[in-house]
Amino acid sequence: MANEITAEEINKHDATLLKDIDDALANCMKCGNCQAGCPIYRETRKEFSVARGKISLMQAILSGKLEITKEFDSMMAQCLTCKTCAANCPCGVKADELILRGRHATIKARGLNPIKKTVFSLLSNRPLFNTVLRMGGMFGWLTFKDIPDKNAVLSRLPMPGMDPNRATAPLAATPLRSEFPPVIKVDNPKHKVAFFTGCTINFMYTDMGKAVIDVLTENGNEVILPGAQHCCGTPVHVSGAFELANEMAKHNIEVFERFECDYIVGACGSCVEALKDYPKWLADEPDWAARAQAIADKVREISQFLVETGYKTDNLGAINKTVTMHDPCHMVRGIHVTEQPREILKSIPGINFVEMKEHDRCCGSGGSFSLAHYELSRQINDRKCENIKATNADYVCASCPSCRMHITDGIVQNKMPQVVYHPIQLLAESYKLGKQK
Amino acid sequence: MEKDQLIAEMKKIVGEENVLHSKEALYSYSYDATPGHVYMPDVVVSPGNVQEVSAILKFANEHKIPVYPRGSGTNLSAGTAPLKGGIVLLMLRFNKILDLDLENLIAEVEVGVVVQDINDYVAPHGLIYPPDPGTVKTASLGGTINENSGGLRGLKYGITKNYVQGLEVVLANGDIIHTGGKNVKDVSGYDMTKLFTGSEGTLGVVTKAYLKLVPKPEAQASMIAVFNTLEDAGNAVSDIIAAKIIPATMEILDNASIRTVEDFMHVGLPTDAAAILLLEVDGHPVIVADEKEKVLEVLKKNNAAEVTLAKSPEHKEQLWTARRMALPCLAKLRPTTFVEDATVPRSKLTQFLRIVTKAAKDYNVTIGTFGHAGDGNMHPTIVCDLRDEEEMERVHKAMDDIFRGAVELGGTLSGEHGIGLGKLPWMELQHGKEGMNAMKAIKRALDPNLILNPGKLIGEC
Ligand SMILES: Cc1cc2nc3c(=O)[nH]c(=O)nc-3n(C[C@H](O)[C@H](O)[C@H](O)COP(=O)(O)OP(=O)(O)OC[C@H]3O[C@@H](n4cnc5c(N)ncnc54)[C@H](O)[C@@H]3O)c2cc1C
Ligand code: SF4
Ligand code: SF4
Ligand code: SF4
Repeated sequence: MANEITAEEINKHDATLLKDIDDALANCMKCGNCQAGCPIYRETRKEFSVARGKISLMQAILSGKLEITKEFDSMMAQCLTCKTCAANCPCGVKADELILRGRHATIKARGLNPIKKTVFSLLSNRPLFNTVLRMGGMFGWLTFKDIPDKNAVLSRLPMPGMDPNRATAPLAATPLRSEFPPVIKVDNPKHKVAFFTGCTINFMYTDMGKAVIDVLTENGNEVILPGAQHCCGTPVHVSGAFELANEMAKHNIEVFERFECDYIVGACGSCVEALKDYPKWLADEPDWAARAQAIADKVREISQFLVETGYKTDNLGAINKTVTMHDPCHMVRGIHVTEQPREILKSIPGINFVEMKEHDRCCGSGGSFSLAHYELSRQINDRKCENIKATNADYVCASCPSCRMHITDGIVQNKMPQVVYHPIQLLAESYKLGKQK
Repeated sequence: MEKDQLIAEMKKIVGEENVLHSKEALYSYSYDATPGHVYMPDVVVSPGNVQEVSAILKFANEHKIPVYPRGSGTNLSAGTAPLKGGIVLLMLRFNKILDLDLENLIAEVEVGVVVQDINDYVAPHGLIYPPDPGTVKTASLGGTINENSGGLRGLKYGITKNYVQGLEVVLANGDIIHTGGKNVKDVSGYDMTKLFTGSEGTLGVVTKAYLKLVPKPEAQASMIAVFNTLEDAGNAVSDIIAAKIIPATMEILDNASIRTVEDFMHVGLPTDAAAILLLEVDGHPVIVADEKEKVLEVLKKNNAAEVTLAKSPEHKEQLWTARRMALPCLAKLRPTTFVEDATVPRSKLTQFLRIVTKAAKDYNVTIGTFGHAGDGNMHPTIVCDLRDEEEMERVHKAMDDIFRGAVELGGTLSGEHGIGLGKLPWMELQHGKEGMNAMKAIKRALDPNLILNPGKLIGEC
């Protein structure tokens, strides 16, 4: 047949998909330094798990030595987007971002895999997405089917004073945004703050969201909870489906533009990073990029916001507990916020703050990575749990709901007594205790 | 032998899960840290114990299949590149520290362990394992033994071979032998331990080693000195040694390196200086204080324009940024980086640096040089773009001048990175025909079918 597509042509086509990152890939000098920090490589010790391997594979596609295959796809999937490689790369190679480009190329070359496709089309349709989530459909799919051990879905949603051994199903009865009015007023507001909840906080860890609202109002801020806000798009973006993620970003930009606010606050390191990265995501569309920048300028992580604008410390009740902290990847290497949550924790009377070993090492969650590679992400997490154990802490703090879920799972599996909170939850609790005096 | 049959045999020996053969997986083991050497193997096999290694080699030997031992693949001489196809033997499952003998100060360690992990393991006992290559956090023990790696502390503490006291080695025919052991003194037979150390995987597969440990020095003093001429810097290095002081570290950066680091880092380095020396003396606090004074005197006598003493460990880290960032910053200049390691007698340092600068000018290539001044071990670092053929030709001409220059000064092609494939063309220049023949005879005696890392170190045999 005259128009039969040859293997060579496929290779050529695949190569074009990565053409524009040729130079960025060539900057990798193959020193292998990225082996030292990569949480996945540390467990597998396989070259294609580490940044250098994935960069080389992409270069092989570019030079036509390999084509984009399922195997290539599964190797590109072996990344937690934890940015450890990029933070320590002597050549300044942003391997995490390049790996996303590799995933993007796969999608372009072969289309999304069918299961992911269903989920992502759900994700991009907000009302449907919300309904399905509410029924437990999506997280049910995510958790029950892919996590072999049923225990893994037992995640604790503890409040201080509650039996820490109580395990609960992951979905909250009522999503956070359905529990509150769109605007929570205070007298003479200091600032108008829009709260970007993110999905995990909205649907699962509503306790974290409530703590954020309590702390914001306690400090004289009016809180706006835009009902139409959507998932930040991170899970879609990191899967390489950039076009879809960009649509979600545009939706969120439109939603937040509608409200007059001084700040946009989030409580999940990944969501905040995404909002700050929207201008980068949308760089090819200058008008949108400019609108994204206007939004990004207002975005703060909650502890960052509190430390920047000041928060009350004169009415705090004592929490007599030993507390340690995990630095979520996107907090430490994404938005570089590590001091503020510590400052807040240390300002709470009674807290004995103990630093854990390797506190900035990835917990192994990596969003949907832990779902597709549960065993591996468990191994990575066991290391985290060992480090937690060594501190003898009562509480572990993490400014990310995904980390909270994954570390909680690890703690349950390892039969440890710790409870995981967002730092803001302890501050909220401390305000509450202060009032009881 | 058919590829499928080879894969099936390997699976029989090590189990299905320890054999990789997808095209993508094979490609992942087609290269190492050396630019420009990519060759596809037929299969990647990860043995879990010495018997499995023996079975694999026996089979490969019978069928004359090439075998490439591999650790972390960070070597800079294409030492792990699967030049002729065959089996990549991935040694990373040998990941245990088997014993720490505090009475004999010996650690018994498997070859897949990362060198930094050995140090972390012995540190609570007040001990160190001194060989610390720049890749200490990634390189495997097996790789460092086979490259006989050095590091920043080489001047005073020596290099890998000074710390390897015994080995477990599998020979090409599958025989398992033990060399040396825990004895500090041992003259029974040929020194096989030293023969295998630095053999770049061409004589046998090492599975385990007995390592000598030493007490951690109690005190350190570090300083950085700026020089306006290369001669002054070179003389300072010789004079310090002549004053009978052996610093733990004595590193140099040339002007090109200084400028590059300053461009990227803005740490206030003197961009017009000809060279910077970084020094550290260590040991007993009293001796350290005394040696520090003597070093300062020598530096002054040799016209150091500026000397800064580290006030605290943090301050030292700050001062050493220049050295730490030299390679990374040079690497950032261009896509491809060749880190060479030609070494000359200490007294020839200045002459050698001149040769490098001239080569860079003659062929219009960018070269920054830094390195272990105390050892005469320089790292002329050539940055370029592998994709530009014309430039690469000039790069090779510059390399040729540098290697020839080093050998003419009584130096050597490689101080620590090994020969592998990259520096093969110059081997005869240094060793002569007779020298090469002697090495080839050893190779043929231990590996008659030439299956172990064929074509490397001594070339075709
Ligand atoms: C940025 C950078 C800095 C560096 N700095 C230094 C430095 O300061 N000093 C220095 O000396 N080197 C340095 N190197 C070179 C390199 O790190 C060392 O050569 C290191 O020892 C290699 O260890 P590896 O585990 O990666 O070995 P590999 O690269 O996997 O293998 C190296 C060689 O050893 C053989 N081999 C590996 N394991 C075995 C085994 N079990 N049995 C038999 N043969 C085996 C291989 O066949 C190969 O020939 C540097 C490299 C880079 C990229
Ligand atoms: S990504 Fe960076 S650290 Fe990893 S091999 Fe490339 S240059 Fe080295
Ligand atoms: S981002 Fe994290 S998981 Fe991904 S390659 Fe880099 S270090 Fe490994
Ligand atoms: S980062 Fe996670 S929790 Fe935050 S909005 Fe995105 S998906 Fe939801």
